[in-house]
Amino acid sequence: MSADTGRQAGFERASDFAAPVNLAYNPFEFRGLKNSILTVGVWLVAILGAIPLFSVIYMLLVKGGARLNALLFTELPPAGFEAGGGIGNAIQGTLVTVAIAAIISIPIGMFAAIYLAEVRPDGQIAVWARFLSKVLTGFPSILAGVFVYAAVVLLMGSYSALAGGIALAVLMLPTVTLTAEGAMRMVPQKMKDAAIGMGCTKAQVAWSVTLPTALPSIVTGVILGVARVAGESAPLLFTALFSNYWLRSIREPTASLAILIYNFSSMPFENQIELAWAASLVLVVIILGFNILSRFIGRPQV
Amino acid sequence: MSVSLELPKNSHSLAQAPSVVAYAVNRAFSVVATIGALTIIALVAYILYEIGRQAVPAMQQSGLRFLVDTHWDVQKGSFGILPQIWGTLYSSLLALLIGGFVGVTIAIFLTQGFLPPYLAVSFRTLIEMLAAIPSVVFGLWGIFVVIPFVRPGANWLNEHFGSIPFFSSSLSGPGLLPAVIVLSIMILPTVAAISQDAIGLVPYKIKEAAYGMGTTRWEAILKVIVPTAAVGISSALVLGFGRALGETMALAMLIGNSNQISLSLFSPANTLAALLASNFPEAAQTERQALMYAALVLLAITLIVNVIGTIILVWTSRKMGKV
Repeated sequence: MSADTGRQAGFERASDFAAPVNLAYNPFEFRGLKNSILTVGVWLVAILGAIPLFSVIYMLLVKGGARLNALLFTELPPAGFEAGGGIGNAIQGTLVTVAIAAIISIPIGMFAAIYLAEVRPDGQIAVWARFLSKVLTGFPSILAGVFVYAAVVLLMGSYSALAGGIALAVLMLPTVTLTAEGAMRMVPQKMKDAAIGMGCTKAQVAWSVTLPTALPSIVTGVILGVARVAGESAPLLFTALFSNYWLRSIREPTASLAILIYNFSSMPFENQIELAWAASLVLVVIILGFNILSRFIGRPQV
Repeated sequence: MSVSLELPKNSHSLAQAPSVVAYAVNRAFSVVATIGALTIIALVAYILYEIGRQAVPAMQQSGLRFLVDTHWDVQKGSFGILPQIWGTLYSSLLALLIGGFVGVTIAIFLTQGFLPPYLAVSFRTLIEMLAAIPSVVFGLWGIFVVIPFVRPGANWLNEHFGSIPFFSSSLSGPGLLPAVIVLSIMILPTVAAISQDAIGLVPYKIKEAAYGMGTTRWEAILKVIVPTAAVGISSALVLGFGRALGETMALAMLIGNSNQISLSLFSPANTLAALLASNFPEAAQTERQALMYAALVLLAITLIVNVIGTIILVWTSRKMGKV
């Protein structure tokens, strides 16, 4: 067709050149068609990937929202056929175990990050610590439970909120370390050089220049670490166990939202299932709250 | 460090060497930081040691037979984890097939200009939110949404195509299929996020060169961009696989905890992690030792997979960073 156009336009020696090709994009030619089909396909897959999230959120709001009232936060979980009840002690237990995890993992993680970013970033210890942290982020959470059971529960002789917190700390440590290291590395070398030029020691550079500059990103990392472990249940199964009562001491077993959902999901009672949904809603709101908070703090400040 | 403007009597300069205190603080600071870094190394070593130590009695008793025995019999005290190893690998591979495909597709969708930038950011946030939903909540959702949803289709397939091994049993409730569906959703954010980073590392020049050669958008994606990012994407898949292997609660709630080896997608099965979750809390001494052995096997499998994934990831970002 394009050859004809050429001849009509008076290019008599068109045949002397290479055959003219129509370079215009034609959506019905094989290549164009393939392109369009794949584009439709990628849209379908993307929508398919988003459906579960909307389904989960819908179920949480409908089933969990139905049970959302003040009693939910103040009452203890009901037994068997009992009606009513709440998840107060589970919320308390989740907050306490996560707080213990944060208290343990934040200082260790921060110092490890300072070592990785500032003290000796290229040394053997740093290379190994960084690598093992990355491996630990993919560590199955149930194994943290098995480890803490062997190392803490057997030693203390009982299940406890403290053991649960330690198990969560094992999972939180790599997140805190790696994000804090990343944040400290983002601090411009110029600023550190300037401080060193002023005669600062490494400790003074880290404490007065690197840490304050990197703080927003570090806080983001810590909050993400908290959000990650708040929803964990596998490591709590046989460390914090469960309890139907309020927590009085961190040396006692404690309830937690995640374990409550797990226990109640398999019960044949409607009341317990409703509570499991309500607990899921509360748990997801807590976790998303932390996530949103971290985005808010970590937003690049121009 | 306060610098006084009056010159010290016996000095020619404003500059002061750090005081003894500053030196000491610096020294202590380095030491504490080193301890922090060493703690991580020591922690991993201690985890390996502690789980290994607890598993020793069971290892002495059953040896390697433990890995190929198919019975978990508490009364007889004979334990084997072949069905759980099978279930772990089978469910994770199927989940990787689904979750990996969707995850990589979403990564392409988000990086190749199918959406205007502001929508791409929102969609990315949406997928990241999936990662924030706890495993137990997915389990609960699986019980009350996924199982009723897939059951009619599954039973229809079993009735009409029951001779195909994959459909050879009916889905009566918990089973492999709902577990795999939920598992794929759970690894999707991991795969999508790492793949996006890998594709983002492909230099823009390469894409422009492909377009300059007259490729369509998809020819550029499938023949140039994805192959260039292939190593990074494969690390996303390996790490997603590692996540699937260790995933516990959703599986313990959905897979049916039945120790059998079957190709059927609809029969109940079990995984190592689910076995630990469901049996550990009530286990007595000997079963607990066997469970520790199972934990060690799970640890070994996931550690190998994660180390491979991490090494590929480090290697690619180092290589691509130099382009």
